[in-house]
Amino acid sequence: MPSPAIVARCAAQRLTAASSRSVLPSALRFSSRTPLRAAAICQSRHYVTPSAAQNATVDVENRKIETAEVLHQTGKNPADIDVGGMPHADAMMSPQAGILKQATIMDQGARPIYMDMQATTPTDPRVLDAMLPFYTGLYGNPHSRTHAYGWEAEKAVDKAREHIADLVGADPKEIIFTSGATESNNMSIKGVARFYKAKKKHIITSQTEHKCVLDSCRHLQEEGFEVTYLPVQNNGLIDLKQLEAAIRPDTSLVSIMTVNNEIGVIQPMEEIGRICKKHKVFFHTDAAQAVGKIPVDVNKWGVDLMSISGHKIYGPKGIGACFVRRRPRVRLEPIISGGGQERGLRSGTLAPPLVVGMGEACRIAKEELAYDHARVSALSKRLQDGLLAMEHTTLNGSPDHRYPGCVNISFAYVEGESLLMALKDIALSSGSACTSASLEPSYVLRALGSSDESAHSSIRFGIGRFTTEAEIDYVLKAVKERVNFLRELSPLWELVQEGVDLSTIEWTGH
Amino acid sequence: MFRRVITTAAPRAILPRVAAARTLVAPNFVAKRGYHEKVLDHYSNPRNVGSMNKSDLDVGTGLVGAPACGDVMKLQIRVDSATNTISDVKFKTFGCGSAIASSSYLTELVRGMSLEDASRIKNTEIAKELCLPPVKLHCSMLAEDAIKSAIRDYQNKTKRVKQTMGEAL
Repeated sequence: MPSPAIVARCAAQRLTAASSRSVLPSALRFSSRTPLRAAAICQSRHYVTPSAAQNATVDVENRKIETAEVLHQTGKNPADIDVGGMPHADAMMSPQAGILKQATIMDQGARPIYMDMQATTPTDPRVLDAMLPFYTGLYGNPHSRTHAYGWEAEKAVDKAREHIADLVGADPKEIIFTSGATESNNMSIKGVARFYKAKKKHIITSQTEHKCVLDSCRHLQEEGFEVTYLPVQNNGLIDLKQLEAAIRPDTSLVSIMTVNNEIGVIQPMEEIGRICKKHKVFFHTDAAQAVGKIPVDVNKWGVDLMSISGHKIYGPKGIGACFVRRRPRVRLEPIISGGGQERGLRSGTLAPPLVVGMGEACRIAKEELAYDHARVSALSKRLQDGLLAMEHTTLNGSPDHRYPGCVNISFAYVEGESLLMALKDIALSSGSACTSASLEPSYVLRALGSSDESAHSSIRFGIGRFTTEAEIDYVLKAVKERVNFLRELSPLWELVQEGVDLSTIEWTGH
Repeated sequence: MFRRVITTAAPRAILPRVAAARTLVAPNFVAKRGYHEKVLDHYSNPRNVGSMNKSDLDVGTGLVGAPACGDVMKLQIRVDSATNTISDVKFKTFGCGSAIASSSYLTELVRGMSLEDASRIKNTEIAKELCLPPVKLHCSMLAEDAIKSAIRDYQNKTKRVKQTMGEAL
């Protein structure tokens, strides 16, 4: 059993040695100790170790000695030495300790409460533990077949692939790593459409899809494909009859997202899968917001392609996966061509740290799915009940078919952006992060049939694994106070209190 | 210091501790938000919020914008008919932080001004004072519209009064 602490220390020393030429004193090179230890490591180095409490511990005794040495040589505390690029020299002496310390400081400081879990989730410390060795000692290219560095990385990648496949009920060979759900969506939609373009020129999707799906479809329209954008009902769900009616003999793909990123509604996946199977149309789903949060089974749902994101499930950013069914085989034209990695569907060297991080995130997600879901549901109920108890508030999207971790509420007569500004101690969003810079009201809420007014007044609350009850209570209190403050400021609220029907007023729009 | 580092056990174990450690105090985070200080100041302490009786003869009301566009501004001025100056001013605004700040600053600006001067206020004046970014310029234009509309309302009102009084006489 290798000691991960030693692996980390070896890496730390290598880092120190590399940088000491320019910045740190030579004492940090440990020239007397390094060869011996390096030899020991080469013998004992192995594949990834499972994450455990002891893996994140730091060799305190040796750190004390190192710190004393640096202090003796430079007269400065390592924590005070600026080495550029990294937080400080302390972090270079032991990357794990330094980074975790930094994260701890960030976690404990008076920063806003994080309630934007649909935009991204904090990295689980257990995921970081699994990743760190691949940033330091285990740096091999997983596609290198000629030496141990490559083998150990490849083995770790395969293990991660298994974890991901396990979470969605797929075969590991059906998992293709990409840079994220956006790439997976692009790859699936453009790939399938272009591969079958000789015979089939029609794609079906819905109006509430993520921007990257809609934009891929628009791109295909320019290439001569026809796209049907299915409308959604008031509750955010698509009408299955409309879907069936929209399928044509030349339809190649149906792309419907599992859980909506703005309103959290869950589409009827099994039924859609059945319809697609009946008409022999490929079924792609963007499950970035669903995987790891609700039970996902590609075979039960009849999904042919599925996009998964790493950073929505407490994993690292910059990694995602795409499930591509092998039986019956789904063929796509790859967007990125090159060395033929990932079954030739996505060339390019994999990033083992990210891949391992995503695998670990999936393993944890599967293990804790039931617990997390129950916890998030309880917190969500508390938040929802509290917010809906206020007057003139409405929940957007179906109240029954939804992932509880995404609560989208309209506060009538209060403008969303000013409410976000008033809630500066809570990190929230009025919609997807991609569109939060524009002044346009959310197209998802518009598709639900909400008026512009209510789309302008909506806020999305995201609850996740690390949200606490105390945070929910604080959010409830803060929202109530600030909504009241802004309503006192709102001429619309005043008119409504006077009994004026706002629709009877002739507004002079800009 | 290292005790926090060993928090890799199951989350059930950490959660209560995280909850306790997190300080639930509103931090002073505003400076990094991309809004100018003056906007934030007017936004968090809006001046002259309120309403006046709009049927009063010396009150002019301007209601501009549309809820569908995300901005509605209501500006009311009370005019001293002897000097033709604005003696009191109140506003209410539905809109983003910049819209609220623009109207709040406008009320400070026009108080005590003659109607003539007030009608000559340009949106650039407001935008400059609050350092509004280009994407928020429409907020200052809305404020300009609001004061003009309020003055027009007052003038229409007094004109009507004079006419009816003339008929009565």
